[in-house]
Amino acid sequence: MAKLKNLEDYREEIEQCVKCGACRAHCPVFGADRREGRVARGKVALAHSVMTGEIGLEDKVLEDMSQCLLCGSCCAQCPNKVPTEEIVAAARRRIAEEKGLSTFGKGVAAVLGRPKLMNLLAKSGGMLSSLLFNKLPENSGLRLRFPVPYLEQDRTLPPITAKPFRERVPEIILGDPQQPTVLFFTGCGINYMYPEVGEAFLKALKFLGVTVIIPKDQACCGLPAVSAGAAKTVEKLAEQNLEAFSRHPVDYIVTACASCNAGLGKVYAEMGEEFGELSAKTMDVFVFLARHGLPEKLATLPKAATRIKVTYHDPCHLRTQGITKEPRQILRALPQVDYVEMPEAGTCCGLGGTYSVYHYATSKKIGAKKAANIATSGAELVATDCPGCIMQLQDSINHANGSQRSIHILELLDEALSALE
Amino acid sequence: MLAEKTIIELEAIVGPNNVATDKAARICYSYDATQQSFLPEVVVHPGSTEEISRIIKLANRERIPVFPRGAGSGFTGGSLPTLGGIVLCTERLDRILEIDEENLVATVEPGVVTEQFQKEVEKRGLFYPPDPASLKFSTLGGNVAECAGGPRCVKYGVTKDFIIGLEVVTPTGDIITTGGPTMKGVVGYDLTKLLCGSEGTLGIITRIVIKLLPLPEAKQTMLVLFNSIDGAAQAVSAIIRGKIIPTTLEFMDGRTIDCVRQATNLKVPAEARAVLIIEVDGDRDFLDKQVARIAEIIKPLGVVETRIATTNEESEALWQIRRSVSASLRKVNPDKFNEDICVPRSKVPEMIRRVDVIAEKYAIPIVNFGHAGDGNIHVNIMIDKKVPGQLEKAEKAIEEVFKGALELGGTMSGEHGVGIAKAAYIPLEITPLAAEYMKTIKRALDPNNILNPGKIFLDEDNSAARGEQRAAGKPSI
Repeated sequence: MAKLKNLEDYREEIEQCVKCGACRAHCPVFGADRREGRVARGKVALAHSVMTGEIGLEDKVLEDMSQCLLCGSCCAQCPNKVPTEEIVAAARRRIAEEKGLSTFGKGVAAVLGRPKLMNLLAKSGGMLSSLLFNKLPENSGLRLRFPVPYLEQDRTLPPITAKPFRERVPEIILGDPQQPTVLFFTGCGINYMYPEVGEAFLKALKFLGVTVIIPKDQACCGLPAVSAGAAKTVEKLAEQNLEAFSRHPVDYIVTACASCNAGLGKVYAEMGEEFGELSAKTMDVFVFLARHGLPEKLATLPKAATRIKVTYHDPCHLRTQGITKEPRQILRALPQVDYVEMPEAGTCCGLGGTYSVYHYATSKKIGAKKAANIATSGAELVATDCPGCIMQLQDSINHANGSQRSIHILELLDEALSALE
Repeated sequence: MLAEKTIIELEAIVGPNNVATDKAARICYSYDATQQSFLPEVVVHPGSTEEISRIIKLANRERIPVFPRGAGSGFTGGSLPTLGGIVLCTERLDRILEIDEENLVATVEPGVVTEQFQKEVEKRGLFYPPDPASLKFSTLGGNVAECAGGPRCVKYGVTKDFIIGLEVVTPTGDIITTGGPTMKGVVGYDLTKLLCGSEGTLGIITRIVIKLLPLPEAKQTMLVLFNSIDGAAQAVSAIIRGKIIPTTLEFMDGRTIDCVRQATNLKVPAEARAVLIIEVDGDRDFLDKQVARIAEIIKPLGVVETRIATTNEESEALWQIRRSVSASLRKVNPDKFNEDICVPRSKVPEMIRRVDVIAEKYAIPIVNFGHAGDGNIHVNIMIDKKVPGQLEKAEKAIEEVFKGALELGGTMSGEHGVGIAKAAYIPLEITPLAAEYMKTIKRALDPNNILNPGKIFLDEDNSAARGEQRAAGKPSI
């Protein structure tokens, strides 16, 4: 049985916080709103007080616990490596358990597939047409990310595709038997919003002769539900994926979405021994490509005469796992790309799972810093490795009246490989 | 709890969004880096000097203690609301008001984060040297109130050496200014220096005038491994005696090296029992010569290996070793008492020997590292509070360490301050007459004992001062 940890399971980690304040220098939310309840040190103190019963689940505690992107910036710089993002997620589960999901974020309840609210969604129209929204399965993380009635009108969102990616492609694409077999975990972002990234993924792996399996019955990784504190949903999705994957003997489970990568590789790993193999096999697409000789192959291509300036944004869910070199390595190797590093490439974009839905004003403030850094770099494109970041980056650029575009690295790779054909 | 009417008055002064009485906010402002915790009754975030003045006047009228707070990253409890009352956060006052490039003077508000200020002046080729380990998150207001130090202070001096003027709200709520933007000034008492390091007991700093230096052209970092702590300690004295003042002169003892070796994959030969990290800065041409001269001076003192960084990355890698120390200490024992004694520089070898004797006597690990170049040694007494008897041993060891430092002509604290953590030890260092001189100043300026009461000096008569004993702040964590 898949089981996420309880708040009490983090007692030791919580007690490791020595209140030094180092997290204050790195928390994007605290940077936008300098109150102690916003920063890791305050949240860990509150989590401790909740655990000991000193404080109940009062509104202010819920508010502070909701004000976290789960980006892991604090933990990365914490001298004692206190995993605040995990502690906050556990606190949110505790809140959901005691108070019901609806009290944590009104919108979250709205998207759990309750018939009455579904009707409301259908009537509301808005940015996502109700017809297309209905195409999202009830357990898709996108429903948590975009509870339609709560979306702000000034937000830029990609359209939902009429035909999801997994319905467009065969379940098995055979390659060179000498090459490994990988399972492509598409995630909801690629399946419903960015199918072109999925196509690019297939082209890149075909280029290396890799056999790709795309199970039709794969589910959402569950990370938006982690962010919302919906423990049961996460556990159910994990089991569903475990079962779907068990039918396919593969060498790697490859993701092209940082959040999915952390969901499968990190969150599942803590949910039970049965997930050990699944998590161990999970690999980011650029780590896979870098280890299987793509940069060397790209290096043999002649550099394009006119190149486009591209910078890279580190998705939190890769950065916190130490994956920062490989995406840059691939970008630098692309013949049409002139790579430039932007300031603070590793700071969160401000999306934070369900965060930006409930705290759009703060999310925009965090995004504005990102947009300014992209502009400083002089790049025309900001490439990354996470559909969520792509969406938020574009929204931030648009609010800043920038002309840059956000894009998945795979799309640039697709372009380079197409030129060869 | 405070009267409803007082809360309403506070809200009228700073706006309702800047007053918090809910339990969550009170918990979030109950602690600092000492890991002690006291619940305040209310947290207030003023946005101007005038608002602070009005809050202090209200507090005097109602006899409510006020505890000023910057980032809450102090090591001695300077910002802890030990008697409940009002936590007054200065973080909203976070503007750099002016960087005057003609006069090399800057004016800032107290909530500016130290590193942000340094980055801004460095963009203009200017330099603010004080570099406490907390510089990425501590505020300049807090740095001034505690007179923060840091590695670079060997050469450049501590926070107070750069502060030439202040605007202050007095303990009775008046607004005064001290000093100013001139490089000299002897009219009246030097209140600027008195307020630097006064730990929030004599006034709330609302504006700071800072003297800047030209940014040195280059720096060079070297890491030297010694076969004994004595050799390293002698090297410190020898360098100073050789009339060289490096920018930084940091040392780590053998036990520190063991901790770092465990926590990181640092490659250090087994015979290395002490490390010095030496940095020099200035004109590029001059640096090689200085490094060579230092290497020559320390050569006979048991040098195992010398590593000289030639690039910024290599220099960063050397500093990373020093920065990983604090966290790696937890491998020794979970609880640490971090004392920051300071002795005359020539006495560093003797002090290290004394600490070793104390560690052996009480059979508890003591790890030493710190700013050897100015004699400021971080003595870390590592215990496990859960083991019966260890806390008592640690307390005895701390007192002996303090006494040892004082016997050698040193002080109990080079840069962390007294707060509540060292208040009980004050009589060891300050004579009754000198202490009375200081307390007379406090009493005269703060007749109602409103501002940060019970800090530096244990309050013998706190209740009488406010007419009525408040419910003491409860330890929360």
